[in-house]
Amino acid sequence: MAFYDWVFDGLGLREWCDSDTSAAPLSMADLLAQAGNDEGGEGVPFPSLDALNESCGTVSQTRDLTAGIEDAFLAAKSSLKLVLDPITQPLSWALDGALWLFQAVPWFVMIPLLVLLTWYVARSFAVTVFVALSFLFLGFIDHLDVAMQTLAIIFVCTGLSVILGVPIGIAMSKSDTMQRASIPVLDLLQTLPSFVYLIPLIFLFSVTESKLYGIAIILYAIVPIIRLTDLGIRLVDKDVIEAADAFGMTNRQKLIKVQLPLALPNIMAGVNQTIMMSLAMVVIASLVSAPGLGVLVLRGIRNLELGVGIVAGIGIVLLAVILDRTSKAALSRVDMGRNQN
Amino acid sequence: MTQEPKVRLRGVYKIFGSEPESMMPHVHGGMGKEELLAEHKHVLGLQDINVDMQAGEITVVMGLSGSGKSTLIRHLNRLIEPTAGEILIDGDDVMKQSESGLRALRQERMSMVFQKFALLPHRTVLQNAAMSLNVRGMDVQTQEKEAAKWLDRVGLGGYENRYPSQLSGGMQQRVGIARALTANTDIMLMDEAFSALDPLIRTDMQNLLLELQAELQKTIIFITHDLDEALKLADHLVILKDGAVVQQGEPQGILLNPADPYIEDFVSDINRARVLRVKSVMGALSAKKFSGDVQLTDNLESLIALSEGDTSNIYRVLDGETPVGQLDMRDLVKALVPRISSAA
Repeated sequence: MAFYDWVFDGLGLREWCDSDTSAAPLSMADLLAQAGNDEGGEGVPFPSLDALNESCGTVSQTRDLTAGIEDAFLAAKSSLKLVLDPITQPLSWALDGALWLFQAVPWFVMIPLLVLLTWYVARSFAVTVFVALSFLFLGFIDHLDVAMQTLAIIFVCTGLSVILGVPIGIAMSKSDTMQRASIPVLDLLQTLPSFVYLIPLIFLFSVTESKLYGIAIILYAIVPIIRLTDLGIRLVDKDVIEAADAFGMTNRQKLIKVQLPLALPNIMAGVNQTIMMSLAMVVIASLVSAPGLGVLVLRGIRNLELGVGIVAGIGIVLLAVILDRTSKAALSRVDMGRNQN
Repeated sequence: MTQEPKVRLRGVYKIFGSEPESMMPHVHGGMGKEELLAEHKHVLGLQDINVDMQAGEITVVMGLSGSGKSTLIRHLNRLIEPTAGEILIDGDDVMKQSESGLRALRQERMSMVFQKFALLPHRTVLQNAAMSLNVRGMDVQTQEKEAAKWLDRVGLGGYENRYPSQLSGGMQQRVGIARALTANTDIMLMDEAFSALDPLIRTDMQNLLLELQAELQKTIIFITHDLDEALKLADHLVILKDGAVVQQGEPQGILLNPADPYIEDFVSDINRARVLRVKSVMGALSAKKFSGDVQLTDNLESLIALSEGDTSNIYRVLDGETPVGQLDMRDLVKALVPRISSAA
């Protein structure tokens, strides 16, 4: 009947095959075939699971594979949740707290505070004025609240990424084994389409919890800070390290007094990248109830409200430019302190 | 000199490669550097180094690049681990030190000056100079007082709050020296400390070092590839070639009696008049009449200037006030001609 019958007949497996024929439920393709639309498959079909299944009922179909992954995940879910839930709970509190704070503080306090913060970090007149004007513009077009929500999420997620990422980066720079083990994971996190992060997370946590999108953002944004911390420490001048050894520094002294300060420009570049990636992810995370400008973009797509989507998009661009310029100004300030030639 | 040498190297070997230990029998069996590399893919870095370094002297280790001199100096504070051998400092075997003992040794008994300065770019000159005390956890006031004192001594008073990148190479190396001096250790390791500097500044730094040494009498181990520098600074000169000591001893002696053609080649390009001193060329007192008095430590160049090229002069040699010998200008001129390489 099917193309690969002879393989199983030849191997004397017919009996084994027929022992379990009726197990699989009908797929859409089977129904179509039964309805007489089957053209009879010209040529040689690829020996895929589905094609083999036609000849031998015991071989699984491809959809059994995806179903298997799903079942395995669901089986592990409760125990995973038991461990992950309490660990990640503070993330929910932090996000909720930050969201509350950024919205509870009135605009005439918040904007000056943010402008002052910009000045403190960047020490650049141009950047500070630009930030002030951008916030005033966002307020003027009634997007200040949503922008603040986005900003709150970014602050929390970037902060946590740095707190977690820098130690991981340090560990990677200390051990080649650790580096070899981590790089594939980092590659995976960086290349996995951002929507894919959300799928297992939705199964694990309820969509109403803020840690759901918090975890997705951190997983996505933590990669550059880890990579650049590792790189920065590895790039520290060998001669200086040797001098530190020759004067009898302990490993801890070496790390704090020599390696981290000298790696700081690279670490700052990592922070800048991490901020930009959190911003990219926070928009996508609005699919799983992250508040902020992303929600408006989503509304623009869903309801085909062109204007809403575009204005929110411009708001995101504005935030991106603000964050990028501020963190870059801070980075160049660190660099300047080094080489005042 | 009967006192115990400050630093002693006894049969030190260093082999680079994946299994250095297992190469030792081959090396003891007389296998050379090239064979070892060709047959076993291991690099013989140092072989059978035996050197005594006396307290209060400058021991100069000289060799061309690849001769293992930088490897050798890093064995003294175990920045590089030897494959075999003993390294004794004040009689203690450095190899037997625990990790904390080694750290204490590096902090309190040895300091190091580097070719590329290796200053901390994010710290001020003062903080850099104070680094060794900072590592030991001394209070900031003591640190800064000591560091400022030594910065002043090396001629960098007033630069305390600059950053290293704002200083010239010569000044950065002065910071490096001040950092080593602030550590107040008996032993100073100087790894090609002046090689990265241009010639005029290098001469300045050599003079500074000699001046400091006259005052402080530290045990200095100085690495260089420059024979002029070696001869100028050395009390004891060790010449390395392919990881082995070819000749060691008092520099004037090496210059006048090179042990093998390699060293003859080496010393043939030297301005001997400037390096050789009266004491190496003088003879016993015999003449009645002298054209003048010279000091034991004067170099021959100054004598030629004094005699205005007249080779018939004979000078009386004084050590301080007491006459110790005489110098015939003819002997002087002979000493200026390098012994022709035996091969030529």
